[in-house]
Amino acid sequence: MAEHQPEAAKRAERSDHSPWNWLLLLPLIATLYPPLYNRESPDLFGIPFFYWYQLAAIAIGVGSTLVVYRMTRR
Amino acid sequence: MFDDVDVVQITVFTVLFVAVSVLGFVAARWRRAEDLEHLDEWGLGGRSFGSWITWFLIGGDLYTAYTFVAVPALVFGAGAIGFFAVPYTIVVYPIVFLVLIRLWSVSHVHGFVTPADFVRARHGSSTLALLVAVTGIVATMPYIALQLVGIEAVLKAMGVTGHVPIIVAFAILAAYTYNSGLRAPALIAFVKDALIYVVIIVAVIVIPYKLGGWDAIFGAAEAKFAASPNPGDGVVLAGPAQLQYATLAFGSALALFLYPHSITGVLASRDRNVIKRNMAALPAYSFILGLLALLGYMAIKAGVVPIGFDAAAGEPGDSNTIVPVLFDQMFPSWFSGVAMAAIGIGALVPAAIMSIAAANLWTRNIYVEYINKDATPKQEAKSSKLASLVVKVGALLAILGLDPQFSIDLQLIGGIIILQTLPAVALGLYTRWFHRWGLIAGWAAGMAFGFWATYQIPKVAFSPEGEPIILKEHFGGSGLPLTEFGLDTTVSIYAGFLALVVNLVVCALATVAFRASKVPDGDDATKTSEYFADQDDPRLRDLPEIVH
Repeated sequence: MAEHQPEAAKRAERSDHSPWNWLLLLPLIATLYPPLYNRESPDLFGIPFFYWYQLAAIAIGVGSTLVVYRMTRR
Repeated sequence: MFDDVDVVQITVFTVLFVAVSVLGFVAARWRRAEDLEHLDEWGLGGRSFGSWITWFLIGGDLYTAYTFVAVPALVFGAGAIGFFAVPYTIVVYPIVFLVLIRLWSVSHVHGFVTPADFVRARHGSSTLALLVAVTGIVATMPYIALQLVGIEAVLKAMGVTGHVPIIVAFAILAAYTYNSGLRAPALIAFVKDALIYVVIIVAVIVIPYKLGGWDAIFGAAEAKFAASPNPGDGVVLAGPAQLQYATLAFGSALALFLYPHSITGVLASRDRNVIKRNMAALPAYSFILGLLALLGYMAIKAGVVPIGFDAAAGEPGDSNTIVPVLFDQMFPSWFSGVAMAAIGIGALVPAAIMSIAAANLWTRNIYVEYINKDATPKQEAKSSKLASLVVKVGALLAILGLDPQFSIDLQLIGGIIILQTLPAVALGLYTRWFHRWGLIAGWAAGMAFGFWATYQIPKVAFSPEGEPIILKEHFGGSGLPLTEFGLDTTVSIYAGFLALVVNLVVCALATVAFRASKVPDGDDATKTSEYFADQDDPRLRDLPEIVH
C-alpha cells in the first residue's frame, strides 16, 4: 500500500471549493424576486416583459453554470 | 371506443408508438452488459451514460407528459402563476450543481443505488433510511399515475375513449421496462425528445402566425382574465401572488432532485463532468417548457374548449386536454398525429424511470434490509424487475379504479413530502451535525405540517359576481393563505416551503436535545475524500481490500 500513499493523500486534499461557485447564485437572484419582472412592458414582439424576461433568464442560468463548469474542471 | 377519429392522425400516432415500443425491447442489447441480472445494469444502465445520453435521459425524465399538458392548462386557466415552471427549472440546476456531484461521488465509491442507501450509510440509521425510501415510493407512485393522465388526455383529443388502449400501452411499457431496465427509457428518450423539440418549435412559429401574432394572443388572454371574476388570475401576477410564485418555484426546485427517479438519472451517468455539463445543458428543456406554457394562451385565443366542458351543466371539462385539442385544431392530420405521439411517448420515458426508481427503493431498502438480508445481485435484480411491474399495475389501478383527481391531489402532496427528505439526503451530503433521531423528528414534523397545510387549502372558483364558491374543501392546491396564521393579508405561500422550514427547525432543536441527553449518534460509513471521487477512483466493490 505504501506506493499508493501520495496519491491517496492527494485525493484526501481534493475539494469542490472555488470562488467561481458564487456565480451559481446569479440565476436565483434574477428569477426568485418577482417584483423585478412582474410587469407587461416593455413587450417583445407582443410578448409581455414578464414572459420574455424569464425566458431570457434561462440564458443567465446556462451561462453561469457553464462558466462554473469550465472553471472548475479538473 | 373510437368515435370521430381522424384515420391519418391515429395511424401516425400508432406507428410512432409501436416504433418506440420495439426500440424499448431492442434496448436490452444496446451498450450490452455482460449480465443484466445486476441492479447496476438493470436499474442504472451500468452507471456508464455519457453526456448526450444523460441529457436525453434526465430531460426525458424530468419534463414529463403530465408537465406538458398540466402547465399550459394552468396558464390557460389562471395565467401568469402557471409560468412558475420556468423560474423553477432555471434555479434548480445551479442549486443542485454542487450537491449532485457529491452524491454521485459517494455513490460511485459505495455502490449506492438509491438516496436511502446513502442515508443508511451516512447516518447509520436503517429507520431513517426506511422513512426516506417509503417517502420516495409514496411520492413517486402518483407521479407515475399522472403520466397515464397525460396519455389519456391525448387519446381523448383523438376521439379514442375507453380503458383498453391505455391498458395496452401500459402493458407494453411494463414488458420492455422489465426486459431492458433503464436502457429502455434511455433509448426511447432520444425519440421522445426529438419529437417534442420539433413539435414545440413548429407550434410556436405556426400557431401564433395563424392566430394573428403574439399581440392578438396576449390581448385575448387579457380580455379573458379581465372578464373573469377570479381576482388571482391575469397575464401578470396579482401582487399577493408573488410570494407564492417565488416560493413555489424555489420549493419545487429543491424537491426535484430529491425524487428517486431524478437521482436514478444522475447516478446512471459516467462521471462528475457528465453531471456538470448537463446542469448547463438541461435548461434547453426549460426553454421548451416555457414555450409550451405559452400554448395555454394560444388556446385561449384559438377558442379551445376543454373536452367535457358543458356550460349549461356547469362542467368545467378536462383542462388537461387543451394542448392536444389545440394541436388537433391547428395542425394538419399527419402533424397533429406526430404531436400527439410526442406527448404520448413523453409519458413512457418518465413512467419507466419512475417505476425503476421506486422498484430500486423497494429492493435495496426494504427487501434486502428486512426480508432477504443475503440477497445475491441476481436476486436483487429480480426483485426490482418484479417490483417495477407491481408499481405500474398499481398506478394503472389508481387511474382506472379511483378518481384521477386522487392522483393529482397525491402528486401535489408528493412534492411537499419529498422535500422532507432534504435534511437527511441533501444536507447529509455536507454535514453530520444533525442527529439521526433529530432528522427523524424533523421529517415527522414536516410531514405532519405538510398534510395539515394542504388539508386546509380549499379549491375555490368564483361566481360571476366575484363571490368565492368552494369546489373542494381540502387538498385544493399548495398555496397556503397566511391568514391561517392570523395575519391580515391576502398573501399566500407554498405549503411545501413552510413544511421544510418546520422540518429544519425541529431537526435542529431535536438534535441539540438528543445530544444533550447523550443519545448515541449513528456510525458514518463514508469518508470525506469519497465525496470528491471520480470515475477513475476505486470503488469499494472492486477493491475489497480497502474496506475497513
